[in-house]
Amino acid sequence: MQDHETNPPPGAETRRSGEVLLEARGITKQFGDVRANDDVSLVLRAGEIHALLGENGAGKSTLVKILYGALEPNAGTLHWRGAPVRISSPAEARALGIGMVFQHFSLFEALTVAENIALALPGGTPLRDLAKRIRSVSQDYGLALDPDAIVADLPVGIRQRIEIVRCLLQEPKLIIMDEPTSVLTPQEADQLFLTLERLTAEGCAILYISHRLEEVKRICHHATIMRHGKVVMECDPAQETAGSLARLMVGSAVHDLKRGAQVAESAPRLELRGLSAPPDGPFSVALQDIDLSVKGGEVVAIAGIAGNGQGELFDLLSGERRAQDSGAIVIDGTASGHLGITHRRRQGCGFVPEERLGHGAVPGLRLSENIVLTRHGTGDGLVRGGMLDMGLARRMEQRIKSNFDVRMSHDDPEARALSGGNLQKFVIGRELDRTPGVLVVNQPTWGVDAGAAALIRQELIDLSRQGSAVLVISQDLDEIFEVADRIAVISRGHLSPAEPAVQLTRERIGLLMGGLEEGQGKAHHAA
Amino acid sequence: MGGYESILLTVITAATPLLLAAIGELVVERSGVLNLGVEGMMIVGAVLGFAGAQATGSAYIGALCALGAGMGLALLFGFLTLHLVANQVATGLALTLLGLGLAGMIGEAFVGQPGIRLERLHIPGLSTLPFIGPVLFGQDLLVYLSLALVAGVSFVLFRTRAGLIIRAVGDNHGSAHALGVSVIRVRYLAVLFGGACAGLAGGYLSLAYTPQWVEGMTAGRGWIALALVVFSTWRPLRLLAGAYLFGAVGILQFHAQAHGVAIPSQFLTALPYLATIIVLVMISRNRVLTRINTPACLGQPFVPDR
Ligand SMILES: Nc1ncnc2c1ncn2[C@@H]1O[C@H](COP(=O)(O)OP(=O)(O)OP(=O)(O)O)[C@@H](O)[C@H]1O
Ligand SMILES: [Mg+2]
Repeated sequence: MQDHETNPPPGAETRRSGEVLLEARGITKQFGDVRANDDVSLVLRAGEIHALLGENGAGKSTLVKILYGALEPNAGTLHWRGAPVRISSPAEARALGIGMVFQHFSLFEALTVAENIALALPGGTPLRDLAKRIRSVSQDYGLALDPDAIVADLPVGIRQRIEIVRCLLQEPKLIIMDEPTSVLTPQEADQLFLTLERLTAEGCAILYISHRLEEVKRICHHATIMRHGKVVMECDPAQETAGSLARLMVGSAVHDLKRGAQVAESAPRLELRGLSAPPDGPFSVALQDIDLSVKGGEVVAIAGIAGNGQGELFDLLSGERRAQDSGAIVIDGTASGHLGITHRRRQGCGFVPEERLGHGAVPGLRLSENIVLTRHGTGDGLVRGGMLDMGLARRMEQRIKSNFDVRMSHDDPEARALSGGNLQKFVIGRELDRTPGVLVVNQPTWGVDAGAAALIRQELIDLSRQGSAVLVISQDLDEIFEVADRIAVISRGHLSPAEPAVQLTRERIGLLMGGLEEGQGKAHHAA
Repeated sequence: MGGYESILLTVITAATPLLLAAIGELVVERSGVLNLGVEGMMIVGAVLGFAGAQATGSAYIGALCALGAGMGLALLFGFLTLHLVANQVATGLALTLLGLGLAGMIGEAFVGQPGIRLERLHIPGLSTLPFIGPVLFGQDLLVYLSLALVAGVSFVLFRTRAGLIIRAVGDNHGSAHALGVSVIRVRYLAVLFGGACAGLAGGYLSLAYTPQWVEGMTAGRGWIALALVVFSTWRPLRLLAGAYLFGAVGILQFHAQAHGVAIPSQFLTALPYLATIIVLVMISRNRVLTRINTPACLGQPFVPDR
C-alpha cells in the first residue's frame, strides 16, 4: 500500500485546528465492477463536525463502514492519532473509541430498547438502572425513548432515536453518523445538533453524513464531497449555499418542482370513514375515528411526529392489517376494509412502506424477484399459468432503473447491495411504474439525495395530475409543503381534518402535531 | 412403593432424557444455530457413557464420558457449520447418521453386558417426607441436574448479560457483529453446551433409564427433544412442562394399553405426541410473545460482509 499524501484535493487548506483523530489515506473499495471508493483520503479532527456529502451511491456508507471495520478496503491505510492501525472488525473500532449510527439500523427487533442499548455498553450496569438512565438521557438529548418498548413494534423514527442514543451513551471519541436526521422531525434534529455541538466542544470528532444541506451548512465545520467514489472537493460548508453544495455533489443544478394545475373536481378515490383500530401490540397506537377523503388529482399529506399512528394507519390502508369495519376504508367506491393487500393492489392501489430494507424489499432477493413479490397478483402478466415470467420482471427492472435513475454496481443485484437512496428510488419506482389509481407512500424520500428527492416528488405530483389519488405520510415539512395540495396532521392516533396547504402555516402544523384540537368534534379522547 | 409412586417415578425417568437434550438445544437455537444432530449426539453419549462406566466401574465417570462424547460431536458440527459455513440442516442430519453408525460400531462389544446404574441420591430431610419424599427427592444426580439446568438456563438467558448476548446473536447476527460481539464464538459455546446436554441425555439412558447398551436405544428421543424446543417457543419453563407432559402421557397410555383399554393401540401410542402438541400450541397462542421469542436468524449462516 503506497502513501497518498500528494495532491491534496482543492479546498483542503481551510483553517483547521484540533488534534487529528483518524486519518484515512488512499482508501479503495471494489464491489464487482464498481469502485465504491476510489483513492479516498479524509482527516477527522477532534472538536470538528465533518460533513461527508455526495449523491446516492457516491460511496459514503461504504467509506464509513470501512472506517468502522465493517468492511475491508482493497487498498489504503488508516491512522489513529498518527499511528497506523488495522481496523478489521467493529469490535476493534469500538475499542479505539469509534461509535457509529448506521444508515440501515443495526437493532435487535425481538429485544427491548433497554436491552438493545445494554448490548452496546460495557457490562456491569443492571438493566433496571440502565432503564432509568435511558429515560433521563434520552430526554436530555430530545430523543425520548421508552426503555421497555420492543423494537419490533416501533416505527423507523423511533428506531433512529435508539440508534443515536445508543451511540451517544457509549461516549465515543469519534462518532460516525450515517444520515441520522432523515427520519427525525425538525425539533428532534435541532436537539440533536445541540448535543453534537456540546460533544465537539468536549473534544469529540463527528463524521456526519446527510442529504439535508441546510443542516450541514448550519452545524458542520468542514465538508468532504464525494462523487462516483472519489473525493472531488473539500470546503467550508458555511461559505457555500445549499444550492452550490448540491451542485458540487451532483455536478449539475437541481430543478425546482413544477406543479401542474389541479385537475377539476373529481370523485374521491380513497375514503376513510370513521376508521378506528385498537392497538395491535403493547407499544402501538390506537387509531381514533379517522376521516379522510383523497380525490383523484390531488396529493394529500399527513404530517406528524414519528410514532403517532402513521405506521398503524399505513398497515390498515395497505391491507397488512384488516379493518374491523369493511366500510371504513373505501377505495374507488368499494368497501375494502376487509380486503387483503394483493386484492387492494389489483384494485389499482400502490403502497410504499417506510422501512425499505426488510419491509419494502427482501434484502437477499434480486430486484426483479422483489418486483414479482409485489406484482404477481396484479394482472401485469408476470404469472402465466402458474409460471413466472422472469424475463418480463427483468424488463420491468430495467425500466424502473432507467426511469428513476437507480444506480447499481451490476445488473439486477440483490436488494441489499443497493445504496440506501438507490433502494428507496427503486421501491418508489416499482409502485409508480404501475401508475396506481391510489398511491399511499410512507416517507417517500427517506435518505435520497436532493436531485433524486426532487425527481420522486415531481413523480408524485405528476401521478396525481393524471387523475390518481396520492396520500403521502411524511415527517419532513419541507417535503409536505412542496408536494401537498391538502395537509392533515396525525397526533396520538387522531387525524385533524385535511386543510388546503396554502392556508396552513408551519406554526399551526406544529401546534396540531403537539395535539391541539386532538379529537375535537369527535365523541371521545385518546386514553 | 405404591402404584402412583411407581407411575410418578417412571414419568420422571421418561421425561429426564428429553428435558436434558432439549434444554441444550434450546440454548443452541436461541443463539441462531439449528443442530438437527441431537439424536446422533445422544446415542454416542449413551454408548460412550456405558463404556466409560464399564471401564472404570464408576457411573459418574461414565456420565462424564457421555458429556464429552456429545461435546466432541458438537465441536465437529460447529467446525463444519460455523467455520466452514456448511448448511446446518444437512450437517445436522449427517451428524445423526454418523452418530447412529458410530454408536452401533462401538457398542457391539457391549451388547448384553449388565451395566452400572447411577446411584439414587437421597436428599437428607426431604427424601423421608411421606408420599412424595422418596419419589421427588430420592433421584439420581442427572434428574436433579436436568431441573437445575432449566432454572439455570432460564436465569442466564433472561437475567444476565451473557444471555442477552446469546439472544441478540440469535435475533440478528449482523447487528451483533456490528456491535463488536464475536458471533462465531458465542455460537461455538452454545453448540458445545448443547452437545454436552445431548451427551448427558444419552448417558442417562444407558446409566439410569435402562442400565445397559442396546443398539438404537435413543429410539427417536432426540427428534422429540427438537420438536419440544419448537413447540415450547424457545422458553425453558414451557420446555419443562412439555417434557413432563410428554413423559406423563406416554406412561399413562402405556398403562392403559397394559390394562387393555378398548382404544386402538396405534392411537394410544400417538397420544403423547398429540397431547403435547395441542397443549403447547394452546399455551403459545400469544402471537406477539411467540414472535419475540423465535430466534429470527435460526439456521442462517453468518458470513460478515467484507
Ligand atoms: N454489498 C455490496 N455489494 C455490491 N455493491 C455494493 C454493496 N454495497 C454498496 N455497493 C455499491 O457501492 C456503491 C456505493 O454505495 P454506498 O452505499 O456507499 O452509497 P452512499 O453514498 O451511502 O449512497 P446513499 O446516499 O444512497 O446512502 C453503490 O453503487 C452500491 O450499489
Ligand atoms: Mg448510504
